Amino acid sequence: MGNETGTTGQKIIRGIAAAPGIAIGPAYLYTKSVPRVELKPIAPAEIDSEIERLRNAIARSNKELQKILAFAEVKLGHQNARIFEAQIMILGDAILINSIEKRIRDEMKNAEFVVFDEITKYKNLMLAAPDEYMHERAHDVDDIMNRIIRNIQDQKLFSKLEGEAIIVAENLTPADTVIFSRNQVLGYATDLGGVTSHAAIISRSLKIPAVVGLRNATKEIQTGDIIAIDGFAGLIIANPDAATLDILKSKAERFHAFEEQLHGIAALDAETPDHRKIELSANIEFPEEVEFTRLQGSAGIGLYRTESQLIGKSTYPTEEEQYEVYNKVAEGMAPLTVIFRTFDIGGDKVVTEGPHESNPFLGWRGIRVMLDRPELFLTQLRAILRASTRKNVRIMFPMVSKLREIREAKKILQRAKDELTAAHVAFDANIPIGVMIEVPSAAILADQFAAEVDFLSIGTNDLIQYLLAVDRDNSSVSGLFQQFNPAVLRTIKMIVDAGHKRHVWIGMCGEMAGDPLATVLLIGLGLDELSVNPSALPEIKKIIRTVKHRDARRMADHVLSLATEDEIKEYLSSIVRNKVPELPIE
Amino acid sequence: MLVKVAAKFQSEFFIRKDNFEINGKSIIGVMTLAAEQGSTLHLRFEGTDENEAAEAVTSLIERGFDEE
Repeated sequence: MGNETGTTGQKIIRGIAAAPGIAIGPAYLYTKSVPRVELKPIAPAEIDSEIERLRNAIARSNKELQKILAFAEVKLGHQNARIFEAQIMILGDAILINSIEKRIRDEMKNAEFVVFDEITKYKNLMLAAPDEYMHERAHDVDDIMNRIIRNIQDQKLFSKLEGEAIIVAENLTPADTVIFSRNQVLGYATDLGGVTSHAAIISRSLKIPAVVGLRNATKEIQTGDIIAIDGFAGLIIANPDAATLDILKSKAERFHAFEEQLHGIAALDAETPDHRKIELSANIEFPEEVEFTRLQGSAGIGLYRTESQLIGKSTYPTEEEQYEVYNKVAEGMAPLTVIFRTFDIGGDKVVTEGPHESNPFLGWRGIRVMLDRPELFLTQLRAILRASTRKNVRIMFPMVSKLREIREAKKILQRAKDELTAAHVAFDANIPIGVMIEVPSAAILADQFAAEVDFLSIGTNDLIQYLLAVDRDNSSVSGLFQQFNPAVLRTIKMIVDAGHKRHVWIGMCGEMAGDPLATVLLIGLGLDELSVNPSALPEIKKIIRTVKHRDARRMADHVLSLATEDEIKEYLSSIVRNKVPELPIE
Repeated sequence: MLVKVAAKFQSEFFIRKDNFEINGKSIIGVMTLAAEQGSTLHLRFEGTDENEAAEAVTSLIERGFDEE
């Protein structure tokens, strides 16, 4: 992330790709117009008309929300639409409305001030609650309050948005995202938010390109600026020059043509023309993503990042809270399988207690933390086990670097099983377990590790960082982070061969698995499973269905004979261009 | 559910938690309290049918809000 200004005056702002697609058009800067509320005393003669204004505003808010709700039901499904149902219920709260009207009458204050004052009381109570759920509800309450006030002030919302536009905003609520999509919205670009923010999830289901986490897009861009949004690369370009526009336009055309082709691919298997079936599954971190994942035709969840439950929390979730999450995911995916990776904390993920580490990536993280905190580990394992009764759940341990760690983790798993058995709680006694291979020592010892488990999954991001000694978040060296470095590819081959010798299956859940340039190579190297971002599923499946396994093996052999990343990338690009010409790659 | 049952009675119904009291017939108020399970709530009924209202509300709570 950062900005680059080219010689032609175009400016690239990098963020996080949240929903795929490309759009070019005028920007519409949506500064969340939190209406200004001032206390204005009113005269006794004005009381009735003030209350009339309030009632009209509530009626109009209700009408707006009913429309949004109906639209959301169709576009987003019942579950996501429920946010708006709750807001409509608040509008119908007779006690709340009566007390607002009473205060307007008794205190002779203007309607918007009383609305603000009354509803803020509830909002603050929700914000004071310790859990994230109530904080989200507070946003909903805030949303409805602003809507009423806006309508009192007779501000026509979004009236300025005419014609097609790319929305640039600090942040977008689910309601914003839905309303905008009724207009001719080409894309969303926001300063805040991650891939899993509501707006990101919703724009993916609406199929509108989105880039989030741009940090200062709202400061760099003004309404009317021509901008391009690239939802694949995760960037926006302000005032793109002619050459950039050409590239993006042809990328967009290829994307649309490709999308047409992908229509219907969700129902097909990820199988090569010569019948080598690849387990093509998805990486997710929230139960809300299950529905989209299934729509995209995933064969399962290859990586469920359980540490997402810790975001914004100061304490660890209880067994019951965890069970609810895991069970929801397992139930939603059944009979397809779900791999739960135990908490991968430390490194750059979730600040834990413990001493400050000068080199956290080589420090207390992943399985190391869990083995030092057996109570925490046991709680999580019991919760996962309890969600395994449908026999579609697998457990995976992250950051394993020594054989002893696997054996200790298995011992603790056995203890969790014994505890559940003693308590007569059901679980899958034969639950498959696996480890992530993301540390060079684990790669070298992959055959011995494989003898202890049911599967291995290669985590490429960390493996590459440790193998090449490059921190890719360090901008001075991030260029040295090479996914296709020959050392990386040889290591992957070594892991696959070692695992297969022990008859365990080998998956990959790092970013490389979802890189269309890598797909043919990975199939050729013998990977059994690829786990990718849900939005990448169709294109990766398309490539798998295009190239014969036999040919892929031959190509992989050739790649292993090449000496530099440049040669390898050039060769792989030529294969993809040749075999899947419609694929919109750079 | 709670709001619906309370609304059947003439009596006023208040719920107090810590130092804050909300109207038990208010949807937004009850949403605020729905947050924390296991906390102590004080219920107050005032009106001609206060006994009946109290009985209906406590019975609903004891039945687990008729949910699930």
